[in-house]
Amino acid sequence: MKNNVVKPAAATLLPKCPTGIQGLDEITGGGLPKGRPTLVCGGAGCGKTLLATEFLVRGAMQFNEPGVFMAFEETEAELKANAASLGFDLGGLIRRKKILFDHVHIERSEIQESGEYDLEGLFVRLNYAIDSIGAKRLVLDTLEALFASLPNEAILRAELRRLFRWLKDKGVTAVITAERGREQLTRHGLEEYVSDCVILLDHRVYDQIATRHLRVVKYRGALHGTNEFPFLIGDKGISVLPITSLGLNHKISSERIATGIPRLDSMLGGRGFFRGSSILLTGTPGTGKTIVAANFAQAAARRGERVLFFSFEESPDQIIRNMHSIGLRLEPLVKRGLLQFHSARPSLYGLEMHLATMFKEIAAFKPHVVVIDPITSLMDAGTNSESKGMVTRLIDYLKGGQITTLFTSLTQGGHVLQQSEAAMSSLMDSWLLLQDFEGNGERNRVLYVLKARGMAHSNQIREFLISDRGIDLVDAYIGPSGVLTGSARVAQEDLERAAVLASQQEADRRKRELERKRSAIERQISGLRSEYETEALELRRIDEQVGTQTLLLTTERAASGRLRQADAKVVASTSIRSRQARKN
Amino acid sequence: MKTKMTQTIKTVKSVKRRARPRYPSAIPPAPLWQLRLYVTDETLKSVTAFSNLKKFCESYLKGRYRIKVIDLLKQPQLAKGDQILAIPTVVRRLPKPVRTILGNLSNLDHLLVGLDLRSTD
Repeated sequence: MKNNVVKPAAATLLPKCPTGIQGLDEITGGGLPKGRPTLVCGGAGCGKTLLATEFLVRGAMQFNEPGVFMAFEETEAELKANAASLGFDLGGLIRRKKILFDHVHIERSEIQESGEYDLEGLFVRLNYAIDSIGAKRLVLDTLEALFASLPNEAILRAELRRLFRWLKDKGVTAVITAERGREQLTRHGLEEYVSDCVILLDHRVYDQIATRHLRVVKYRGALHGTNEFPFLIGDKGISVLPITSLGLNHKISSERIATGIPRLDSMLGGRGFFRGSSILLTGTPGTGKTIVAANFAQAAARRGERVLFFSFEESPDQIIRNMHSIGLRLEPLVKRGLLQFHSARPSLYGLEMHLATMFKEIAAFKPHVVVIDPITSLMDAGTNSESKGMVTRLIDYLKGGQITTLFTSLTQGGHVLQQSEAAMSSLMDSWLLLQDFEGNGERNRVLYVLKARGMAHSNQIREFLISDRGIDLVDAYIGPSGVLTGSARVAQEDLERAAVLASQQEADRRKRELERKRSAIERQISGLRSEYETEALELRRIDEQVGTQTLLLTTERAASGRLRQADAKVVASTSIRSRQARKN
Repeated sequence: MKTKMTQTIKTVKSVKRRARPRYPSAIPPAPLWQLRLYVTDETLKSVTAFSNLKKFCESYLKGRYRIKVIDLLKQPQLAKGDQILAIPTVVRRLPKPVRTILGNLSNLDHLLVGLDLRSTD
């Protein structure tokens, strides 16, 4: 929303005078026709005088173009007070001779006409005022008051025609305000004199909510937005909100940012949302939309990004407290200035005012991430077409600034995919759905990704658990009887766990049995071996005994032989036999 | 034409002024009329207005009026003070209340009404 941008094509056609009023220069393609009069008409309380004042003040302050304010209704003090409420130091500008104020006041009862006259006096005054400060801009507010002051309308009309001609010759860019007429644009048909540019202001009430609108009825020699644009009077002046001036040419980032829920990141192709994308989070009441949003906000703020949280249901303190109960600590982030809440009741003011407030907050805080919770209650503040337009504008604006936005959307129970949602969803890049599953006497939450442009995402339903440690996403059990969640899922899991445990125990038992058998066999083997060894030992001992006995026997025989004088042959054969037995 | 007008203005200025009493007397003095005629240059309307005004003063306020002619082309800053829009304009500064008459004063009845010298009916 740059104020001093003049389209080059338009500049060559017709020089323009930037108003500096937010949005108006965009609609008019650079401002009002330079050096020509512009008619601003509208009913009472539409902001005509304010628009004119801002035109002068911004001209003096931003474009170094002094201006003359000729007031036919308000006095200098009144106008100063009005301007001060918008933060304009009119008094200072008047002192520095940037703005000259001239209050034209005619008391009808003090006037009598006699014969011919003209309004040369007005011309002289204007001329003097313009020349004394070198004014480039002029405001006549409200010129039509002259119709009430001067009795002779014929003279007045002739003189007004001359006045506008004179203004053009003088080369000042003039804004002339006029009351809206019943059938004409202005009550006294001023539009027939001012043919270059006519701006119509309007203040309508629809469903108890008032919205101001601005429309460029006519702009000779220049392209201009012909639509009716909502505008607001804020504490920094007027801001007009062009709806459709932005095309689909946002800069696109391929950077990804985490959602704050690791499992959700993995569902979104493992890396979360795209930066600068718009995300819709729909769900029936109590499905945890705010919690997901708060998680996202916390994750972003912890990365050091600025997060702006618009809450249309809960107060900031309430959100902080509620999120604290599930382990999200938002307060330190608020204190560090990374997270900012903005709470307002949707019915507090009209949709446009909400939008403008949001624009203003966004422009001031320059967030990386914006959360709007929920967008649906905001949409209730306007009519259907208005709301759609508003969301479009909001998304355009946010995308233009590469701001990632999470919209939560409340749907009525049972109708998840409402028509209006479907319309809104076409504007969204990602759409997450939170849903209730009822059964077994309980209500469980599930989450799934309905769409996520530009990324491979999971098609699975995840059960969404909220505990005092935060959010967890669990695989929902999908079996022959459908999706099981909550205690049904837990029971199913228990069943499976029991079966596994049982078969494991069986295996263990068999293993132990086998082990027991093996050790029994081993024991048997070692018993047999020791038996064998004992027998072998026994045998050897017997053998040795036999040897000893044989030897003893031989020795005894030899001794007795010697005693009996036996022959040597017998001795020799027996000794050999005994030696052989010992070897064995 | 120009010389003629300046002469007339001079003659007007030299009109004898009735001396104000130094002390308030029981009989209120006939008030002195202070009139201002705003013009831009010596246009036909301006000159007609001046001669009409003078004619009127001579016949109704002889000897107790004073006319000041202000040319706004020469003194444009004076237009603001008396809230001048139309030319020519006569402003009766005194006696109070201030009265304003627009036009070349060709309609004597309207002039008399405007100066509270005759009621509207």
